[in-house]
Amino acid sequence: MRPSTEAELSEMIREAARPLRIRGGGTRGLGPAEGVVLETGGLSGVTLYEPGALTLVARAGTPLAEVEAVLSAERQRLAFEVPDLRGLLAREGVSTLGGVASANASGPRRVQVGAARDHLLGLRFVDGRGDVVKNGGRVMKNVTGYDLVKLLAGAQGKLGVLSEVSLKVQAIPEAEATLWRETGGTAGLAALRAALGSPFDVSGAGLAGGRAMIRLEGMEGSVAYRTAALRAHLGGEWQVAGGAESAALWTRLRDVEPFAGAPGAVWRLSMVPTAAAGVEAALTAAGLPHRALYDWGGGLVWLLVDSPEAAAIRALPGLGHATLVRPLPGMEGVPAFHPEPAALAALTAGLRAKFDPRGLFNPGIMD
Amino acid sequence: MDMPSPDPGILSRKARIVAGLRALLPEDAVIDAVEELRAYECDALTAYRCPPLAAVLPRSTAEVAAVLAFCHGEGVPVVPRGAGTSLAGGSLPTADSVLIGVARMAALLETDYENRFVRVQAGRTNLSVTGAVEAEGFFYAPDPSSQLACAISGNIAMNSGGAHCLKYGVTTNNLLGVTLVQMDGTVLEIGGPWPDAGGIDLLGVICGSEGQLGVVTEAVLRILPKPEGARPVLVGFDSNEVAGACVSDIIKAGILPVAIEFMDRPCIRATEAFAKAGYPDCESLLIIEVEGSPAEIDEQLARIRTLAEAHNPVEFREAADEAQAKRIWLGRKSAFGAMGQINDYMCLDGTIPVSSLPHVLRRIGEMSRACGLDVGNVFHAGDGNMHPLILFDANKPGDLERCEAFGAEILKLCVEVGGCLTGEHGVGIEKRDLMSVQFDPVDMEAQMRVKDVFDPGWLLNPAKVFPLGVSAGRRAG
Repeated sequence: MRPSTEAELSEMIREAARPLRIRGGGTRGLGPAEGVVLETGGLSGVTLYEPGALTLVARAGTPLAEVEAVLSAERQRLAFEVPDLRGLLAREGVSTLGGVASANASGPRRVQVGAARDHLLGLRFVDGRGDVVKNGGRVMKNVTGYDLVKLLAGAQGKLGVLSEVSLKVQAIPEAEATLWRETGGTAGLAALRAALGSPFDVSGAGLAGGRAMIRLEGMEGSVAYRTAALRAHLGGEWQVAGGAESAALWTRLRDVEPFAGAPGAVWRLSMVPTAAAGVEAALTAAGLPHRALYDWGGGLVWLLVDSPEAAAIRALPGLGHATLVRPLPGMEGVPAFHPEPAALAALTAGLRAKFDPRGLFNPGIMD
Repeated sequence: MDMPSPDPGILSRKARIVAGLRALLPEDAVIDAVEELRAYECDALTAYRCPPLAAVLPRSTAEVAAVLAFCHGEGVPVVPRGAGTSLAGGSLPTADSVLIGVARMAALLETDYENRFVRVQAGRTNLSVTGAVEAEGFFYAPDPSSQLACAISGNIAMNSGGAHCLKYGVTTNNLLGVTLVQMDGTVLEIGGPWPDAGGIDLLGVICGSEGQLGVVTEAVLRILPKPEGARPVLVGFDSNEVAGACVSDIIKAGILPVAIEFMDRPCIRATEAFAKAGYPDCESLLIIEVEGSPAEIDEQLARIRTLAEAHNPVEFREAADEAQAKRIWLGRKSAFGAMGQINDYMCLDGTIPVSSLPHVLRRIGEMSRACGLDVGNVFHAGDGNMHPLILFDANKPGDLERCEAFGAEILKLCVEVGGCLTGEHGVGIEKRDLMSVQFDPVDMEAQMRVKDVFDPGWLLNPAKVFPLGVSAGRRAG
């Protein structure tokens, strides 16, 4: 099914007799793919763009690349740096804005500007009854009624199918620079935290392949000043990469490129940053062969684990939650999303029952 | 303003309900004397008052849970209250409700600079969160103008903003986790000191739900390292259109000031008479503040000057030192007080797309002349969050009603141009009956379903947010 208008989308959902697998571009969805495919790609096009108000509204099936092209013509961008996981997940397809919102897909700049959900100003969606609902709007500050925008962002399509997305955008800064040095995990992660605790407005703090990286963005003079100041603040021998060289480092981390094509299960851990330093030792002690990438100053850990083990990973100290992004064969029984405590699971089940009473949307995911 | 009739069954059981509360809490934590309950009869929306049946001042999550479980069992509505600074009547009691005040829950529970968070009891005041961490060079970013008095619990309920949210976001962007007590007494931990809560984003909908989904007793808040410095400039223009165009140019150029504040002529004149900040007598002025090291500030201000001068400002005033910076902010910070010297005022809070600024200001001026009430505009221009102040005389019969009608017309205009009814104060009772201007029945139905899940009996913070006619079936059930 591929509606070309919101009204058609509503009609299709209203009349659906069997579960639906909601699909934007099919580039980042997780979990088992059950149900009749409902594609949103026919709901496409930017409907409003006001560069002077940093606002863009587009239909949910609009390709991310189209949005990025429209923005870059005005030297603007999506601040939350959407990961492209096609390499990691061995997917084809075209990422859509609705998919990005439904996955709350957020990259390294999260430490400075927040996640995708923090840039979503408004949504239109169709719930499981076929009703078209709007929430939020296109203005920066809006506390009118409950914030269903946050509720839908990251809900993986379980509460409704997005039809329109309204976003806050950002001007592309003049300059960027990355401070980097080869360093071990513990010292490197400590340096990332020190940088994030400094007044120098860090926009990226990651560690990959034994290299700690800290990004600064802004006006030319400001970036030059902060590069020197941060170097002095951290001490030690930091190299500096600028321009395209800097950008490439962050794209590689954002897209988890080092794990693309490498054998093993891929996990995404949301952690208390200081606890990230203990992850690898814990896995080694458990006899689990692994590699790790760190983003968000250690708040995000990507793990490549050459084992179907799940329980030990979901019990790591300091873990908020662990998402199984790419399972190994034999992990069919492991849910992609971290199981919630009973009281929270009851609430989310209650919400799903209200928004999707027939259980149409994305069965098997987040249930 | 209609409020539902109190339940006579509950009123008649007052003695039993109070005895039940006393059995759960220490003696000094239960208030039932009529004269003492007056302290809780209103918040900062003082035009509406109603003492609750009883008030409780618990000291712990366990005490809050015990009170809620008891009220749930008795079918008694509960009104949560932070510091009582809501401008929207967010904590206005009903006569048949038990008010839970969290003011005694103000402890700082955990401070973690390496992971950049604090955990606080939710009755702690906003400013004292920053106060607890500033010696280490950190601050808590959301800064509502009531920040000296307002509580974190109320900030979370209303998703409060402030002058600096252009750069740092509002409460929801700085909130990592909460301890939430549901109406039936269930205690939930949602989120924590990691970047995002897992699963469906319950935290995101709890923030801004105006105390209708549960009572927040503790919060994990993001703290940020303080910038090296900040400096404002004042730019005066001879038309609102030009000032609006200048704001748009600054934003479009990619300069990210931490604040862009706007005042129009009526407001400038009132504040000059009151605070004597030395503002130019012009049609509109902007106060723009940037942050960073001295050199970074110079770099940004030079850009802003170039952009502003293209619009022929009547004045571009930089602050050479701290004293001059304070004077630039003085008038803005005195604006509400200055308007209050002239008369009673009602402060609105709609948000509009920045591009609509000149049109909306012109329309407000026309409406003001038509209805004969003066209005001054002072607001956060960078994000389009307006605060028109309508002057009226509360002692003059009919003036409050005229003022409210004028306010409603302004808010309808905000929605008409693509904006919203409230940018940072919340709906409460004040904008409750205007919700249907912004939302279709199906939009409100979706929101009310969330409440159905968290609070199936609709006992928490009754008669707020949704028009009474819209929520009638649920409240009765």
